[in-house]
Amino acid sequence: MNITKLTVHELQEKLKSKELTIEQITKAYVENIEKYEKDVQAFITPLKEDALKQAQEIQTKVENKEITNSLAGIPIGIKDNICTKGVKTTCASKMLENFVAPYNATVMEKINNENMINLGKLNMDEFAMGASTEYSYFKKTRNPWNLNTVPGGSSGGVAAAVVANMVPWALGSDTGGSIRQPASFCGVVGLKPTYGLVSRYGLVAFASSLDQIGPITKDVEDAAILLNVIAGHDEKDSTSTNKEKIDYTKALKNDVKGLKIGIPKEYFGEGINSEVKQSLEEAIETYKELGATVEEFSLNIADYALATYYIIACAEASSNLGRFDGIRYGYRTENYSDLKELFRNSRSEGFGAEVKRRIILGTYVLSSGYYDAYYKKAQQVRTLVKKEFDKAFEKYDVLLTPTSPTVAFEIGTRSNNPLEMYLADICTVSVNIAGLPGISIPCGVDSNGMPIGMQLIGNKFKEETILNAAYTYEQETKFRENYEPTFKGGAC
Amino acid sequence: MAKEDYEVVIGLEVHAELSTKTKIFCSCPTEFGAAPNTHTCPVCMAMPGALPVLNEKVVEYAVKAGLATNCSITKESKNDRKNYFYPDLPKSYQISQFDKPLCTNGSIDIEEDGKTKTIGITRIHIEEDAGKLNHNEFGSGSLVDLNRAGVPLIEIVSEPDMRSSKDAENYLRKIKSILEYIEVSDCKMQEGSLRADVNVSVRKKGAKEFGTRTEMKNMNSFRSIVRAIEYEAERQIEVIENGGKIEQETLRWDDVSGKTFSMRDKEDAQDYRYFPEPDLVAIRLSDEYIENIRKNLPELPESRKKRYLEEYKLTEKEAKMLTASKYMSNLFEAALKICGNAKAVANWLLSDVSRILNEKEIEPDQIPFTAEQLAKMIMLIEKGTISSAIGKKVLEELFENPKDPEKIIEEKGWVQISDEGAIKEVVMKILENNPQSIIDFKAGKDRALGFLVGQAMKETKGKANPKMLNDMFLEELNK
Amino acid sequence: MQVSREEILHIAKLANLNLKEEEIDTYLLHLQDILNFANIVSNAPVDNLNETIGANDSYNVFRKDEVKVFDNNEGLLQNAPEKERNMFKIPKVIQ
Repeated sequence: MNITKLTVHELQEKLKSKELTIEQITKAYVENIEKYEKDVQAFITPLKEDALKQAQEIQTKVENKEITNSLAGIPIGIKDNICTKGVKTTCASKMLENFVAPYNATVMEKINNENMINLGKLNMDEFAMGASTEYSYFKKTRNPWNLNTVPGGSSGGVAAAVVANMVPWALGSDTGGSIRQPASFCGVVGLKPTYGLVSRYGLVAFASSLDQIGPITKDVEDAAILLNVIAGHDEKDSTSTNKEKIDYTKALKNDVKGLKIGIPKEYFGEGINSEVKQSLEEAIETYKELGATVEEFSLNIADYALATYYIIACAEASSNLGRFDGIRYGYRTENYSDLKELFRNSRSEGFGAEVKRRIILGTYVLSSGYYDAYYKKAQQVRTLVKKEFDKAFEKYDVLLTPTSPTVAFEIGTRSNNPLEMYLADICTVSVNIAGLPGISIPCGVDSNGMPIGMQLIGNKFKEETILNAAYTYEQETKFRENYEPTFKGGAC
Repeated sequence: MAKEDYEVVIGLEVHAELSTKTKIFCSCPTEFGAAPNTHTCPVCMAMPGALPVLNEKVVEYAVKAGLATNCSITKESKNDRKNYFYPDLPKSYQISQFDKPLCTNGSIDIEEDGKTKTIGITRIHIEEDAGKLNHNEFGSGSLVDLNRAGVPLIEIVSEPDMRSSKDAENYLRKIKSILEYIEVSDCKMQEGSLRADVNVSVRKKGAKEFGTRTEMKNMNSFRSIVRAIEYEAERQIEVIENGGKIEQETLRWDDVSGKTFSMRDKEDAQDYRYFPEPDLVAIRLSDEYIENIRKNLPELPESRKKRYLEEYKLTEKEAKMLTASKYMSNLFEAALKICGNAKAVANWLLSDVSRILNEKEIEPDQIPFTAEQLAKMIMLIEKGTISSAIGKKVLEELFENPKDPEKIIEEKGWVQISDEGAIKEVVMKILENNPQSIIDFKAGKDRALGFLVGQAMKETKGKANPKMLNDMFLEELNK
Repeated sequence: MQVSREEILHIAKLANLNLKEEEIDTYLLHLQDILNFANIVSNAPVDNLNETIGANDSYNVFRKDEVKVFDNNEGLLQNAPEKERNMFKIPKVIQ
């Protein structure tokens, strides 16, 4: 039995039937990290020894029936912008290279309450700004399907670690597509929950009104299980919604008969790679065969939404990243004689180019004289985007689009042109702008064997609807049985 | 042109720390004087990932302050970020309110020389205080203490309706007294929990346009505010008279030299880039919520003053002075409850107690003794145990070393001599030593009696019962 | 809108960032590119629409005024680049 190829729900069964022990599982993953890390470069801070020790402790406690959680002893990987008490939380930045979080994010408290085992902190674009994980200060993560290509971003280390079986599942964060796009590039499942469903407390903020934490998993059922763990109201996050708890696994009915799927035709226009388009069209046919009704409609907001996204996200980021000033924590320049130099040199040396670019854009759109033309206007467009989605959800249960216009691209081919990089987010950002839930699941591979992702968008707090739609498709098409990463290429 | 041809225009931005138990956006305590950085958590230290949650009391207290100053309460309000870098501001933005403050369009009345003047209040908004920078006494550099970071503040912005330093002082005293009455701030200026930014400009009398204003930040005593306004007005007039122009800038008042100094580099033009705080949600206040606070508003100085006029028959001036400070007024009522003599308590507070406060340059809330101690002292005089002259000495002692007045007079041996034999002894002795006074008295000079009583008082160190002395001298002299 | 060299230097100053001489042109170019694209928002049909404030429509999320002491005070200072007597040390600031 190849332990690390199992999904978490399969691991749970094997633990229950005592076919496997917690220590065996953790050990298998630690071995895989050792085997693949040099090729994939997914981890910033691996916690191999800690994990093995913890596995032993939890194993004993489970045997003594001190712990009864069904997820006890299941390992997990954590994106490195989620605060983990006593463990480095770097945001893949020189700024936080040595930062040890003094507290746990609320999601980490929940993970710990389940007695899950943290295998380590995963690579990302610096402060989650990027779509390829090339903007990490520490390393470039490689896509296990082709080591010469990027894993997507910003949660690139997270998606790569999941598909390379270095972690069974992991937590990422999504501000404009940072869970869904790498999930698409790496052929795994990535869910961005409705804004407010998962607490942001302890997630190092990129753009406060857009950020959400969510699961990246091998299959849809695992995504539902992990969402069960992390969802819920948190009094430490004023924007978290107080709603009754739902068991998302109960939504997985393997039935989409009568489901109304809307296809926004603007998301299939020019700029979308033809193989991606073709694969999506096949998926649409599958849904029809499964009994869903599918209809094309016009959702003419994609360009507005993308511009709005970059204005709002950068404005909020420029303010959120003000706290990195070299005083209380983080990088401090060696080169200063007064306070002004301490501030400027620490920030200029501690932040990477992309982060600085976004801080400058964000500062610009908030500055006097430009606020009305950019920020204020963008917030009005945001209202427009929400209204257009509201209209769409009067007619449809689910909207179906590509997750990304392309498959994973080669390392180093886009990172010099910021605007081109930003345009790659066109399919995902409007979901964040409107605060909706979105899931990316694999729907095929292109002629080079690179995975293609399909995005399903639901109405607010309708995670159940998109999870069921994704699950039903997954059960029908069985992507994981047909394809797996080859670790080809590399050596660059 | 002379100074008299100019008019001074003053506006105040008063910052008051609210007396909530916890900070505005986290559950850390707000107490003053803790060891550095011990009243902190990830939120007020701006750790990455930490998020603010608004303290409900802060909204309540700000609405209270708004209602007590005749403001309209904003039903749909929000918080905004004010972005600037400073080492005492850990997030590099202050959560404040920009275009939708909780309270707007209020006013309060101030009085001067019997005339009432209305000062407009533009707005009151909630915001967080910054930390403190300490000078490093034992080494180089400065040290940042974030205990104060996140302590809730209201900022009360006035219209430029004041025309003299006296107006400004009266306005600030009135604001302080209102905030004390409604119990939203302890207003301890010496601890910085009440401070003001003072905007000053001058213009020729009769001019319609305002002159260019300068701002003096973080002033925390009445005396320096008055001095600073007077200095700054004079400086501005001089600049204009010499053909110069006033520059809009922030100044620092230096209490030692009695001068203002320019504070910021000119090149650092501020641009606070306000935008709605995305980590917080809207504040929506219902009519019911607002009316409920209005109904439960404590008695304000105006109505308390009226009550003093009617119930205790105090004069207008006495009532006004007593009610100016809630602390003083509460002391009055508490002492009155014990001793029952309103006039006597009022007299003591407004004459001797106020005189000592002035001498010591302290505020009523720094009075060290209790209402009970004051009342007891008054009762001892009424009973004849001590004279009022001794009463004054007891009061001085209560300021230095407050304890039970009975203990004080016992320890100091200040009990009044009312024993007839003892009084007679003194009277005889004084008469014997002052034969000339006896002659004077008999010659019809009444003043001689006063002199003899005074001598007897001196002899007994003020302890003799003055009425008995008087009577006994008369008796002996008329023999 | 055309961004000038002076403007980008002013913006960098507001953001407390230094731009090296050789970086200015690149940042200027990138900023201009992105702004040109972002100008799309000025053509959006939003005339009668309110601005979105925050990501969700909730309101009145308050906390009770009850003291809770944070349990890892040392952790809050352990990352300080320089500290003295439990305070963060910085170059001398004249107030």
